Amino acid sequence: MIRVIDLHKSFRSQKVLKGVNLEFVKGKITTIVGTSGCGKTVLLKHLNALLLPDKGAVLMDGVDITKLRQKELYEMRGRFGVLFQGAALLDSMTIFDNVAFPLREKTRMSESEIRKKVDERLDQVGLEGMGYKYPAELSGGMRKRAGLARALVTDPEIVLFDEPTTGLDPILAASIHQLIARTQKTFGFTGVVVSHTIPQVFDISDYVAILANGVIEEAKPANEFLVSKNPVVQQFIRGETEGPIHVL
Amino acid sequence: MLFLLRQIGAFTLRQLSEMGRMFLFLLSAFILAFRPPGKFRLIVYHLKTIGVDSLSVVLLSGFFTGMVMGFQGYYSLRKFNAESWLGSAAALGLLRELGPVLSAFMVTGRTGSAMAAELGTMRATEQIDALYSMAINPIKYLVSPRIIASLIAMPLLTAIFDVVGIYGAYLIGVGLLGVSSGSYIAGMENAVVFQDVYSGFIKSVSFGLIITWVCCYKGFHAPPMATGVSQATTESVVLSFVLVLVWDYFLTSIML
Repeated sequence: MIRVIDLHKSFRSQKVLKGVNLEFVKGKITTIVGTSGCGKTVLLKHLNALLLPDKGAVLMDGVDITKLRQKELYEMRGRFGVLFQGAALLDSMTIFDNVAFPLREKTRMSESEIRKKVDERLDQVGLEGMGYKYPAELSGGMRKRAGLARALVTDPEIVLFDEPTTGLDPILAASIHQLIARTQKTFGFTGVVVSHTIPQVFDISDYVAILANGVIEEAKPANEFLVSKNPVVQQFIRGETEGPIHVL
Repeated sequence: MLFLLRQIGAFTLRQLSEMGRMFLFLLSAFILAFRPPGKFRLIVYHLKTIGVDSLSVVLLSGFFTGMVMGFQGYYSLRKFNAESWLGSAAALGLLRELGPVLSAFMVTGRTGSAMAAELGTMRATEQIDALYSMAINPIKYLVSPRIIASLIAMPLLTAIFDVVGIYGAYLIGVGLLGVSSGSYIAGMENAVVFQDVYSGFIKSVSFGLIITWVCCYKGFHAPPMATGVSQATTESVVLSFVLVLVWDYFLTSIML
């Protein structure tokens, strides 16, 4: 469904992506792992063209989204839901209004239909009755769940998760993972998760890819990834400072 | 020598490309403002933040500016035995110059800096990226309504500043320094023509545009970190002040 082909991206003189090739299978969750600052979020932001590459292509159903005109680009983005690292809720709005926001802006649904759908999504992420609160009044985990409700409210085909459990305690992280797995089963979206919460994130992943040194070093089904003999994978899983991944 | 020339060239190119980006930003904000669906509710909301919320500071500064003009005008005019011209001097000074410029400064300090800080924080916390990812154009949602609201609010604030200022000068001149009330009002009526009111109106509209444009641009493109937000806020206020004064010079030289 989505194919990344020979993707290159630099910021000034720093080359972040040096020829990334990766395919995301429709209706499955693919997790991209890698060290902090290796370019996972940069890669993720190319998938819905929040960033444009210096070279390479991102094919969605065979169409290179990096070449789309602005109108087509916005239509394409409507097929995505995104859970940002800090949830990126609009802090001037309540949680209810945040989740309702894409429906109010991009659909012709009536207010009663919007209310029903938003309440349903808030229930699904365990935030029933919290809609009146502002983002600043919620804990980190609750904000992530609200962000997930907003990402799912438009029934997107693809959902991007940018480090959904960063900064959360292990129990809360596990509950977010379960929530992602459960919602994926319910809605059947294609999920792309960027994370370094290993090995827990493997439980919800169908496929795992490791980004290191600007390229995808290995991409495999999750059950095969853990037993991979690739030294890059082994170094990452064991958390060793010495090895093929250049940390410092 | 070659190094110096290269540095100057690079600096000039950077400034030119920044200016180009700023103009494109304004152009897209204008085009998107007139593209449906309209953002009427947001415009009303920003009319409140730019207009109503700036009202107290504009009232206060207008009143005190008028009172200072009353004192200074009286002091200067008395040297020529022309105290009776205090009304016309205060009215012309406020309508043509001080009203538009000082109310623009007040709005920059009160609202422009807040705009830059708010948009900068939205950039740093990925809220602007979130709008893009929801297929919502952030310039249409965040910038266009602010620009429209400022075009409406600025002349109204300036008018209020002028009225309060003229009253402040009246209080000092007539109430405190003994200028005749009739000569104050009559002098004002004789000296002020529609051109004076009109030029102040044109200035205030263009200042409103400059302030919102600069502050939104700086906030929207702030580096995504805490120092980036503070830097954007400072730059937006300083640049707005400078551009208001430069533009004021050009407009004055054209409309005088």
